[in-house]
Amino acid sequence: MVDVKRIQENNYDLITIVGEVDASSSIELDTALSEALASGHKSFLVDCTSLEYISSAGLGVFMSYIEDIKKNNVKLVLYGLNEKVANVFEILGLDQLLSIKKDKEEAKLEL
Amino acid sequence: MFSRKAIIRLSTLFAILSWASLVFTDLSIVYSSTSSVDSSVGEEVPAILLSLFTISIFLYYKYKIEKAESINFVDLLWKVFVTGLLTTIVSLCFRLLLNLLGNTKLSENLIFLDFLYLINLGLVCAFLISTFVVWKRLILYQKSKFLLTVWKVFEYALLISLVYSMFKGTAFDWFHDYYIAILVIMGVFLSANTKWVAFLNFKQKWKGILLIALAMFYLGYFSFTLTGFAVDISVGTNAFQDFRESVFFISLMIFIFVYALFSLLVILFNLPTSSVFEQKLEEVVNFQRLSQSIQTEQSEDRVYDILLESSLSTVLADAAWVEVIENGEKAVFHTHNIEEDEILRIKQHFKDNSIKGILDRGSDRTKNLGKYLSTLKGIHYRSMMTFPIHVKGKQEATLALLKDVSDGFNKENAKIIDSFANQAGISIENFRLLTEALQNERYKEELKIAKRVQSSLLPKNLDQNEEFTLAAFSEAADEVGGDYYDALTIDENKTAIIISDVSGKGTSAAFHMSQMKGVFHSLAQLDLDPKTFLVKANVALSKCLDKTSFITTSYFVINTSKKTVDFARAGHCPTLYYNASSKSWQFFQNKGLGLGILRNSGFENYIQLNTFSYNPGDIIILYTDGITEAKNAKGVEYGYEQLQVAVEKAAKKSAEEIQKELINNLYDFTGSSIIDDDYTTLVIKFK
Repeated sequence: MVDVKRIQENNYDLITIVGEVDASSSIELDTALSEALASGHKSFLVDCTSLEYISSAGLGVFMSYIEDIKKNNVKLVLYGLNEKVANVFEILGLDQLLSIKKDKEEAKLEL
Repeated sequence: MFSRKAIIRLSTLFAILSWASLVFTDLSIVYSSTSSVDSSVGEEVPAILLSLFTISIFLYYKYKIEKAESINFVDLLWKVFVTGLLTTIVSLCFRLLLNLLGNTKLSENLIFLDFLYLINLGLVCAFLISTFVVWKRLILYQKSKFLLTVWKVFEYALLISLVYSMFKGTAFDWFHDYYIAILVIMGVFLSANTKWVAFLNFKQKWKGILLIALAMFYLGYFSFTLTGFAVDISVGTNAFQDFRESVFFISLMIFIFVYALFSLLVILFNLPTSSVFEQKLEEVVNFQRLSQSIQTEQSEDRVYDILLESSLSTVLADAAWVEVIENGEKAVFHTHNIEEDEILRIKQHFKDNSIKGILDRGSDRTKNLGKYLSTLKGIHYRSMMTFPIHVKGKQEATLALLKDVSDGFNKENAKIIDSFANQAGISIENFRLLTEALQNERYKEELKIAKRVQSSLLPKNLDQNEEFTLAAFSEAADEVGGDYYDALTIDENKTAIIISDVSGKGTSAAFHMSQMKGVFHSLAQLDLDPKTFLVKANVALSKCLDKTSFITTSYFVINTSKKTVDFARAGHCPTLYYNASSKSWQFFQNKGLGLGILRNSGFENYIQLNTFSYNPGDIIILYTDGITEAKNAKGVEYGYEQLQVAVEKAAKKSAEEIQKELINNLYDFTGSSIIDDDYTTLVIKFK
């Protein structure tokens, strides 16, 4: 039960994740992210304001692109994570590898 | 009381005895009446004996024919014919004897004539009663309560007429005639029941006509012969058993004749339509075959073959084919009386003339394809019908039927074949569902095995120690899970303890969990510090975890000589620690990163080695996120606070009790035994 949309804004792509990412819906997230990265664009903002829950499988999707992002010099910034979701990222340690910001303005500055 | 056989034998015996006595008494009465010698026998005795004889014969045939099971109609009529034939032959033999005697004295002797008459009477009686019983079965073939009642009344009325004939002296003539009239009216009414005729096929109908006509002939022959004798005898005396005066015989003969006539006419009129009835019956049978094919047949091909056969025989087509379309690959044909290249030519012809229809998976099935065939040279078919076979809403096959004559198929044909095609589709769908169900059943079995294997991967008994006790619990959400815990005694002072959670759940998680176990048992015995252990574990797992999988782990080494605990966290849930001396609870918020997230380099930069000293009464609670993220019906998470509250209450208790209270509290909170993620906890309590 997740809806992932990608739109182009100014000099970056905005990816919006709405809903819950669990084992089954993580496939959708994976498809969306891989399409986004395959597009050749280098700057992405990921809007997680409406991301209510993410399971370990969902985290696995983000994790699997970390090395690609580094290698291809892609900038991917997540923002608007609610407390619970942010906590999940932190416990796993993904906050150290992914750029996570409070809101869109802060995130834009990262690009 | 008596068995069927016993009754048949007894009635035979009674019939013979009563007939012999009848002959004896009647002859003596006739003799006495002609020679004016007083007979010692009363006049009513022969009548009673005749009635007894009739009843015995009736019982005989009732048990011989009426009670016999599963006799078809033609067999029943055959019985009538055989009885009639035998009795007629016997009767003819005596007639021959009489003719041989010519005009001798014996042939004019009244007693001799009466003897012959009585023989004929016995024979006709047997024939009439046997036919009567057969008629009864035919009339009551599809019985209603009303029909049954009328029949009973009729039977009892006949019985009463038998009794009445014993006292013929007291009768009034008008009553005699009325009685016959009533019986005949009832007989005619009953004769209207000829439903059995509809169930005969064409051939059986012809046989029926022949047999009934012969039975009527016998009846005619007997009434003629008997009347002849009766007239001859009555010239001399009136003191014999004249059947012409018997209500019973007259009504029975009329009834048998009327029913035979009715049946004959009904069969005759039903002859032209019998093929339609047979066809309908065949349609039903074919339909049933199709729907049953799923239970008995092993393959979809067989269903198509049955469809082909059934359709052919139902509409009497000259040729037919079923084309099975298999995912755009080359089609498979099931054919009858037509070659594959002929089919391809017909299809090509339709395609060339851009005729839309079922053959090219269009939806128009009403189109008369036959008229297009006439423009195709070298094909002698002039009528054609095609039907799609849908499985789960998708056209999977096409049925085509062909006839040599033009306009060879009618609407009814189309309707029935359409329902055949639908039924075939359903059969195939069911067949697939069944196969799938069997497959699923097998998977379930496999999963059960996997569950057994996996549960053996988790330690049954944890290594206990003088310094601390361990208690653990693990429950997987699916058959198999991705949680792992273990403990290993490294040497006399050191024990390694691990808890892991593989990302995702189910089978893939279970495989990775078993890899984690391998890694733990290989590396832990090397006496590595927790950070080095995690770094090496990351290297090992990076080579075998799939792209999106990672494992979170907390690794502890308890040193009982120094009374310290070294630990490191690889992305696992923060450990809950109870300090008994300060009575304070704390979640360790040290740095960490899940195993398998960074696979190339730099992993060690994210791992932190921590150490603390323990005191007796201290508690370490290890758990997986399945516990803290467990939700109740309202969607509220169990969470860290609730976890701490639950174990706080039990802080004084043993490790095992703490573990039990935690799990009980968790299940009470969620209010359901169905869990969404794997639950695992491991409690360490220092002594």
